[in-house]
Amino acid sequence: MKNHGNTKNLFAATELINKKLRAQRIVKWIFGLMSVAILIPLVGLTTCLIIRAWPSLTWDFLTDVPKQGMRSGGIWSALVGTMYTVTFSLLVAVPVGVMAGIYLNEYARDNWFTRIVNLAVVNLAGVPSIVHALFGLGAFVVFAGLGKSILSASLTLAIMTLPVIIVSTKEALLAVPLTFRMACWNLGASRWQTIRTIVLPNSIGGILTGIILQVCRAAGETAPIMFTGAVFYKAVQRGDLFPYKPTEQFMALSYHLHTISTQVPGVPESMLYATAVVLLGFVLAFNTIAIVLRTRIRNRKKW
Amino acid sequence: MPETGSIEIKDLTVRYRNKIALDGVSLSIPAKGIYAIIGPANSGKTTLLKSINRTIESEAGVSVKGQIFIDGRNTKRIRDIYELRRRIGMVFPLPVGLPLSIYDNVAYAPRIAGKHARSELDEIVERSLRQAALWDEVKDRLKSLGTMLSGGQQQRLTIARALSHDPEILCLDEFSIAVDPVTTMRIEDVLVELKNKMTIILVTNLVQQARRLGDLTCFMNMGKVVQVDETEKMFSDNPGNQLTYDYVHGVFG
Repeated sequence: MKNHGNTKNLFAATELINKKLRAQRIVKWIFGLMSVAILIPLVGLTTCLIIRAWPSLTWDFLTDVPKQGMRSGGIWSALVGTMYTVTFSLLVAVPVGVMAGIYLNEYARDNWFTRIVNLAVVNLAGVPSIVHALFGLGAFVVFAGLGKSILSASLTLAIMTLPVIIVSTKEALLAVPLTFRMACWNLGASRWQTIRTIVLPNSIGGILTGIILQVCRAAGETAPIMFTGAVFYKAVQRGDLFPYKPTEQFMALSYHLHTISTQVPGVPESMLYATAVVLLGFVLAFNTIAIVLRTRIRNRKKW
Repeated sequence: MPETGSIEIKDLTVRYRNKIALDGVSLSIPAKGIYAIIGPANSGKTTLLKSINRTIESEAGVSVKGQIFIDGRNTKRIRDIYELRRRIGMVFPLPVGLPLSIYDNVAYAPRIAGKHARSELDEIVERSLRQAALWDEVKDRLKSLGTMLSGGQQQRLTIARALSHDPEILCLDEFSIAVDPVTTMRIEDVLVELKNKMTIILVTNLVQQARRLGDLTCFMNMGKVVQVDETEKMFSDNPGNQLTYDYVHGVFG
């Protein structure tokens, strides 16, 4: 009973509590502001681009080929070229990357060999794209004799995206708890049966997200393709879906943007911006798919 | 020819890197009946179970020496270890529902073994869930996720799964940790029924559970077998070993 007077003030604000609450408020505001701050450049960039590109943003711009020394017409040749290289590079990088990721995470024991492979993968992911470009030039264009072509460019892009696909596959697999695997092994399932029935169905979303993000990168990079097959101009029929043979040189969006902004005088400004908008739209569209996928998978979380 | 379900362990030594988990354990577990294993934490009980179905080999840094014979066959010589594991049902202390429906959880092992006929699977699922005392609670929602069940229900799901492939040997590692006392008693009743059909190895921290269920009881300490005997003798006032007496009477451990 003699502490009665103190219990009343048990929850009263002391100097220490006030200080703590103040710090908490300030920190929360700073962090929140930073989150808003990252939106400003994105929104600003997109609106600025779209406003300036508006006069040229027509359906014709997408489906028509460049005319009058690229000063009018559209970007069809470059758009198709980019789709080709991205598709071909994925055809190579996805099977190799996903299977290697599965091996490294599900089968490989922790020994010096796997440690070296893992280290190599992580380091490869950090190699600048210009170095990949030079490697592609040496390995595919010259050594393998593929010449400057869609094949060489696609393979170079595949090498560039491969390490990140391996890493993201491993991360996705790692998110499936080990206890599930052990439960399956105890029931007499082999490693492959366990992967097929439990591990892959629960990591496929993460694996796909990783792949899609690499699509954006393959579409946007300029250096690797300009050394290995992308050209300034190539005559193509309007709307032709198969304008290039795999062994031919090609036009690509990122490189096209580079050339018309720096090499060709007198290109209407709105065309430059429209090309950038298409490239950005390509990337944002794929990112949106990745986000939708991730949200859907999070919603049907199974444990 | 030994009866199906007998286990003979000869001089089994298991090391995790530098730590010895099992130190020259030799045991002879007869076919059928309940073989209880008691002992304080770190005595090697779980390691022993993992050695029997050879899942221990997939853990990093483990070395296994010695032999285990099941039905007189050296398990090291069995090429199809998956077949070996299907003959042994395993239940570990922490329940793991697979991220599948309740039905698919129980049908997992039969499907892996190549059984796909719907009627056969239906029958296996119902029988296993009944044996694990879970059927009545889940029979109306077999399609809902096994991982969304409560801890105790998931533990019984694990038991149902272990029984789904009709094992000759059932290993239970402290199955009652996550299960309430009433359900524990129901599962214990099931075990008493099942022991006529299969060998049950019951690792338990509850010495009274070993006393209730065990036909034989094995007392392990620090990776070694201290004493194996008729359960009645182990829990009597004179088990013949001071350490056993102290442990079962709660003097140490």
